Amino acid sequence: MKIARYNRRNFVKLSLTGMGSILLLPRCAQPQSKWRFFSDNEAKTIEAITEQIIPADEDAGAKEANVINFIDKQLVGYYKNHQEIYRKAVVGVNETSTIMFNKEFIQLTWEAQTSVLKTLESGEAPGDTWKIISSSGFFNLIRDHSMQGFYGSPRHGGNKNYVSYKMLNLDYPYYLGRNKYNLNT
Amino acid sequence: MANKHVNVVVIGAGAGGGIVAKELSVAGLSVILFERGKWQTFFDHDNDELISQRSFPLKCAYGPDNERYWRVVQSGIDSWRIAYPNEWPYGNNAACVGGGTLSYGAMAWRFMPEDFTLRSTYGHVEGSTIEDWPLTYEDLEPYYERAEYEIGVSGDEGSNVFGPPRKKPFPMPAFSLNKEGEILEKAALSLGYHPFPIPMLRNSVSYGGRPACIRMRTCVGFACPVNAKCGTQNTVLPIALKTGNCELRTESKVSEILLDDTGRARGIKYFDKNDKQQTQTSDIVVLCCSATETARLLLNSKSKLFPNGAGNSNGWVGHNLQDHTYCGAEGLFEDEVYDDVGPGACIAIKDFVHNNPGIIGGAMLANEFIRMPYLYANDRPPGAPSWGIEHKQFQKNYFKKNISVKGPVQEMPVFENMVEIDPKVKDYWGIPVLRVSGYRHENNFIAGRYVAEKAETWLKKAGAKVTWQTIPGQYAGASQHQAGTCRMGNDPKTSVTNRYGQLHEVDNIFVADGSLHVTNGGFNPALTIMALAYWVSDYINDQWKGSKFK
Repeated sequence: MKIARYNRRNFVKLSLTGMGSILLLPRCAQPQSKWRFFSDNEAKTIEAITEQIIPADEDAGAKEANVINFIDKQLVGYYKNHQEIYRKAVVGVNETSTIMFNKEFIQLTWEAQTSVLKTLESGEAPGDTWKIISSSGFFNLIRDHSMQGFYGSPRHGGNKNYVSYKMLNLDYPYYLGRNKYNLNT
Repeated sequence: MANKHVNVVVIGAGAGGGIVAKELSVAGLSVILFERGKWQTFFDHDNDELISQRSFPLKCAYGPDNERYWRVVQSGIDSWRIAYPNEWPYGNNAACVGGGTLSYGAMAWRFMPEDFTLRSTYGHVEGSTIEDWPLTYEDLEPYYERAEYEIGVSGDEGSNVFGPPRKKPFPMPAFSLNKEGEILEKAALSLGYHPFPIPMLRNSVSYGGRPACIRMRTCVGFACPVNAKCGTQNTVLPIALKTGNCELRTESKVSEILLDDTGRARGIKYFDKNDKQQTQTSDIVVLCCSATETARLLLNSKSKLFPNGAGNSNGWVGHNLQDHTYCGAEGLFEDEVYDDVGPGACIAIKDFVHNNPGIIGGAMLANEFIRMPYLYANDRPPGAPSWGIEHKQFQKNYFKKNISVKGPVQEMPVFENMVEIDPKVKDYWGIPVLRVSGYRHENNFIAGRYVAEKAETWLKKAGAKVTWQTIPGQYAGASQHQAGTCRMGNDPKTSVTNRYGQLHEVDNIFVADGSLHVTNGGFNPALTIMALAYWVSDYINDQWKGSKFK
């Protein structure tokens, strides 16, 4: 079902904003990546972390909700100031994984990934990167961003098809209180 | 080209400024109402939790924006950092036409008589500048009534045994309780508490040419899509504009009040929507910019006579910053208590606002507004996992089985809790920014824990299986209930304005916002700000008749 929410003026505005953000894309972005900020490899690591933070069970997890898309989108938007920490932290996460389990993060078992993240959360993760940036600082950041991407409005790139609202059994999409009325009767 | 001289410049189109502009323009004075933000509606932002005025990780939809506004806040003993509007320590109040009243939760509390005589009621409190107001509840009662009728309040007088005394009933009937309200009502009655529906600046029936509320889940933090929430932007402001005497100048950032050599205000300087600096002269200047920004404007308005800022020879401007120490409890239930009837908050008790044995002050207690999913993801009992499968399952299991009861605990005013001008940091326009500092008085926590315990008892009685108390941290805040920085008083040595919001030192500068509050009550302050705006306006109109300002 399509809902005609945009009048012409808003539509024009939207298209203009869209164009604007294409023009603003960093030229130095990694070639061939399908992401705005991340390289494909970085995205895989970040996505695996978000799935640990909000895992799938009988309901969708962060991966299905496209939380990685939310984070990637915000990193060239509202969260530009977090670009550097994400770029460095991916290296750090893999350092810690290698020190602890001799493999990169995405190659680890689910349980091993969990213990890497717990070490990060404790602020005492091994690895050179964490001598420069705080591992718990990064963990809290990506935890918060994952919650935003999973539970926030889909208009920002996450919560694909309102999966978290579905999980909470909340009406979606939610318009003007009209959901309370059965308009078909 | 110079701007045409007007009688009055009003700064800030929020709860106070909208009313002042209307009252003065209806009386025939020429008014320009300056607002740093612009007109906004629900449809500009949708019900998007990540940019609401209640949880705003991405931005504050209704302003202020992170690109032009920031402050310096305390991050430890003698350590400071920059904070942006979408961070809690900044203490934002919406920057748009209507100010906070466009997107607020809209509780319509009158303070109680004791709130105006706190010093007489409780005596001196060590470490606090606790004081009586220079006016009483009886003085303000007719003005509360005007606010209730002109802006619009739904409530039920009969069911509230704690008063305060009122001459007229509410103009609209009270809202019905939602499911959790009904559960709490029953429990409160069996505990001997006195529950009643929260008075709301929101239409329960059509009123003022606007429709009744549709009970949205997304209410607090959002503008209303059907215009049922009553703010200054959809009530008094349209009347002001219709008089032809009032011009609303939006996206205009006032930077300074112009003072002459005799120590009187001659107008203001501002940056227009193209960031061009302009001057607007006037006979009177009225500040309604919120407790933080009103103080900032006075402190940034220096002259030969006022080297420390306009009206600040005694050094009191910016001090006694107050908010509320929100305390309460949460409870988890076995069955669903959520029926999706917004805005959520609907029931309150006033049993613990005053007369608590051995306790100074207290708070009303009410159930919380509906917490949207992201906000709820950060609400957990102490020790609960903050991520992973357990966190997700908690969200799933308890999103609809959780009631929160909280109260805005009355804060003891502390002189050292304050805003001042940061010596170095300037905003986008080059205007020096505020630095916010201070610690909450110990009594706030004593009263807070007392109130939290009552909330927990209430939840347990209602059938909660797991409960825990919520008490905030020690730093003084300046959030949406900010107040107290330009205290009114009879003694010019220990206050900034007289009882009519007129600066002791500059007779043509007035304040009409929460800055005036001597103490901030155990209630949400919007209706008191509105009542004071009517009170101050009446005085200005009276004085104007005598041509004092021409």
